[in-house]
Amino acid sequence: MFSFESFLNLPLLWFVIIATAVILYVLLDGFDLGVGILFPFAPSDQCRDRMMNSIAPFWDGNETWLVLGGGGLFAAFPLAYAVVMPALYFPVILMLLGLIFRGVAFEFRYKATGKSRRLWDYSFHFGSLVAAFMQGMFLGGLVQGIKVDGRSFAGGAFDWLNAFSVMTGFALVCGYALLGATWVVMKTDGTTQDWARKCASYVLFYVALFMALVSLWMPLMNADVKTLWFSSPNIFLLLPVPLLTVAMFVTIWRDLRKQREYRPFLLSVGLFLMGYIGLGISLWPYVVPFEITIWQAAAAPESQSLMLVGTILMLPLVLGYTVYCYYLFRGKVSHESTY
Amino acid sequence: MLESLDPVLLARIQFAFTVSFHIMFPAFTIGLASWLAVVEWRWLKTGNDIYQEIYRMWVKIFAVTFGMGVVSGVVLSFQFGTNWSVFSDRIGSIVGPLLGFEVLTAFFLEASFLGVMLFGWNRVSRKMHFASTLIVAGGTLVSAFWILSVNSWMQTPQGFRVGDHGLLYPTQWLQIIFNPSFPYRFMHMVTAAYLTTALIVAGIGAYYLWRKLHVSHARVMLGMAMIMAVFVAPFQLVLGDLHGLNTLKHQPAKVSAMEGIWETERGAALKLFGWPDQEEEKTKYAIEIPKLSSLILTHDLNGEVKGLKEWSKDERPPVVWVFWSFRIMVGIGLLMILTGVFAVVLFFRKRLFDTRWFQFWCMTLTPAGFIAVIAGWCVTEIGRQPYVVQGVIRTAESVSPVAGQHIALSLLAFIVTYLFVFGAGSYYILRLIAKGPTPEVEAYGDHGVDEPPLVTDLVSETGGEDV
Ligand code: HDD
Ligand code: HEM
Ligand code: HEM
Repeated sequence: MFSFESFLNLPLLWFVIIATAVILYVLLDGFDLGVGILFPFAPSDQCRDRMMNSIAPFWDGNETWLVLGGGGLFAAFPLAYAVVMPALYFPVILMLLGLIFRGVAFEFRYKATGKSRRLWDYSFHFGSLVAAFMQGMFLGGLVQGIKVDGRSFAGGAFDWLNAFSVMTGFALVCGYALLGATWVVMKTDGTTQDWARKCASYVLFYVALFMALVSLWMPLMNADVKTLWFSSPNIFLLLPVPLLTVAMFVTIWRDLRKQREYRPFLLSVGLFLMGYIGLGISLWPYVVPFEITIWQAAAAPESQSLMLVGTILMLPLVLGYTVYCYYLFRGKVSHESTY
Repeated sequence: MLESLDPVLLARIQFAFTVSFHIMFPAFTIGLASWLAVVEWRWLKTGNDIYQEIYRMWVKIFAVTFGMGVVSGVVLSFQFGTNWSVFSDRIGSIVGPLLGFEVLTAFFLEASFLGVMLFGWNRVSRKMHFASTLIVAGGTLVSAFWILSVNSWMQTPQGFRVGDHGLLYPTQWLQIIFNPSFPYRFMHMVTAAYLTTALIVAGIGAYYLWRKLHVSHARVMLGMAMIMAVFVAPFQLVLGDLHGLNTLKHQPAKVSAMEGIWETERGAALKLFGWPDQEEEKTKYAIEIPKLSSLILTHDLNGEVKGLKEWSKDERPPVVWVFWSFRIMVGIGLLMILTGVFAVVLFFRKRLFDTRWFQFWCMTLTPAGFIAVIAGWCVTEIGRQPYVVQGVIRTAESVSPVAGQHIALSLLAFIVTYLFVFGAGSYYILRLIAKGPTPEVEAYGDHGVDEPPLVTDLVSETGGEDV
């Protein structure tokens, strides 16, 4: 049977592919979860309709990246999947329940009339909020390290619950809200856009705060992370990451005041990338932090090879028609006058 | 007391509950997507607006069902890890890539083009819209291909070796994907989805005819559905029979449980009904047809059929469940064939569309497909017990290190959520059916308006609440 093991570093490649799928999920579903988080605070029902319409054709495709991230982990690093899922049992289940409530709200809200529409507005909001918060806690729980014995999780059911993970939960909610707000700035105009712009500047402040907090907390929590970042020459090599991040914050702030429409969203995406790269540097080369490396968790080389062929054939196609769909529904979303 | 909750049993109940909920949506969307493609094709071909109106009505039902299918499916893809982590670790190298292919080849395709199908009516040409419908329909079939390949491999595993820590490694991909039971299971399931959809469409069409509503649309619905019942229902019987023979070869204990046969015998009778008693090891109160079981299974009146006593007690599946689920499925299959027979007779008497008892019959059978699908899966999955991967991994050793009471808690949360959310979904579908295929102002997916209109505008028009 074929295997590329002899001339490719398969676990490394797969780590890159899955990391890409996860960040694509975070960015894409991030903005539509963010819209859900901001939803009830919008000034009017008209605004809410427009916000919903701006993401309705995309949410399903966006969520599919989560399935690819989870499914990809299962396929390429089954051991990691088998350890992490039971360890973070409750955050995963609650996230799934949140995703159910928000996912069905897209369809149901359009069909409901009168008061029951409110029900789906809230289902959309709280579903998004819970899903985002749980993803943040998931991250926090993961970063702190997971107790492993042999090939399975050996810690307690609530190991993931503590101050750090609650903080990362709030941090991700704010981060998604920023993506959502800048998305709405890009896709709408008039009152909705003005309101979204105010939201974005407001949330931006919290995102900066949380990013700083996480960056300080991580090295304090883990000595390896500390030496990694603060020993010479690493500190100079890694300096561009925090510097670029600060520059992005400043630019988003000024763009919002100057009423630019596209750049704040793109730069918010940039902020997420910076945070993600920073995190990646800290955790490398673990898939289950500080216990299982990508080499230990890797699936059989034959499996990784087969999947690689599939990915190389399919992923460009997937990206192609995803871009096509975004292009098809480009521009500002529906305004009263078109109806 | 809480500590005594059995994690294995609870994990099984949770998986059975969530997957049974999930399968109802694919069973409907796989069939509906293909049918919508045919309806749209008829419309483009004939230019008859009736087809377009039918499409518009059903595409909304499709959207609601699809949405529920997606959210319940996402739950499943994580449940392998949360509830069956040992299983995931051991078979990840084999099952993982197949599930990965499902995401890459099917899920993205369905999800992206569903957006075009629902919202793109005036942004793309008619041809492109039709292409989107076709792509979504194709996507559902590709998705079924991969997931059924995985499931079939769990029933009839091959093409692997067992390594350290009991991990399974692939040795032959083609043997894994095209394992012995896969062709049968794939055909049987897709046909089941088509029949399920046909019965629903027939039921709704019959309801309109009964109430004398939307008559011309209803005739198309009932007519098209009956074509399915006439030709496909008997085909399903043949497929099911072949499927059973294949199972006899690879999972004989399952077949013995389906037949409720305990002693190995020649010229075995077919037990129509009865009560398999696992303690006493016999099937009580059986109503039998002599020699028929041997005839069906071996195609010989005196062929030998193995009884359950051939296997030690801890190798037998729970017989009652398998026995009765099988009868429910086959019973419904026979009712579907009968429906087709009625339809043919009525058609030649030119009474197909105005026979009231037949309309009532179709209305009663509307949910039958769902029941048959779930019963069929119960035969398959419970009949495989006590194994998850037949003969290789036992269910009891697959479970995650999660405490029983925590699984109980999440199970409860799933039950409450599903009943509420999917109850609401069914309510909205019923409302769409009550509204029927009348062309009017639409709140969503409005084909004919440039963009989806604002819900608020409609609400203010129809006197609803506004803020
Ligand atoms: C015979 C067909 C079939 C079967 C047995 C299953 N599914 Fe399914 N699934 C589909 C057919 C399907 C579909 C037709 O492709 C769906 C249904 C509605 C939909 O949106 O796509 C879908 C949706 C769907 C989704 C959401 C896809 C998206 O994001 O668009 C996931 C993650 C799963 N399924 C996963 C599973 C898992 C883990 C299963 C087994 C335990 C499973 N499905 C059984
Ligand atoms: C979609 C239709 C399906 C239905 C209705 C269904 C139904 C069930 C039921 C009733 C059980 C519990 C059996 C028992 O414990 O006695 C079960 C178990 C299970 N099924 Fe399925 N199943 C379906 C498809 C699948 C597929 C496609 C897969 C694999 C990809 C799968 C994997 C499993 C696993 C891992 C278990 C848990 C272990 C076990 O109890 O055997 N199922 N399913
Ligand atoms: C008419 C006579 C039918 C026969 C003889 C038949 C036979 C079978 C058999 C033997 C199995 C179990 C295979 C195994 O697990 O090894 C099965 C499974 C199943 N049946 Fe049927 N069946 C019939 C009708 C139907 C109908 C009408 C439906 C639904 C509309 C249906 C849906 C299913 C499903 C969903 C499964 C589980 C998946 C699979 O294993 O294919 N069947 N059938």
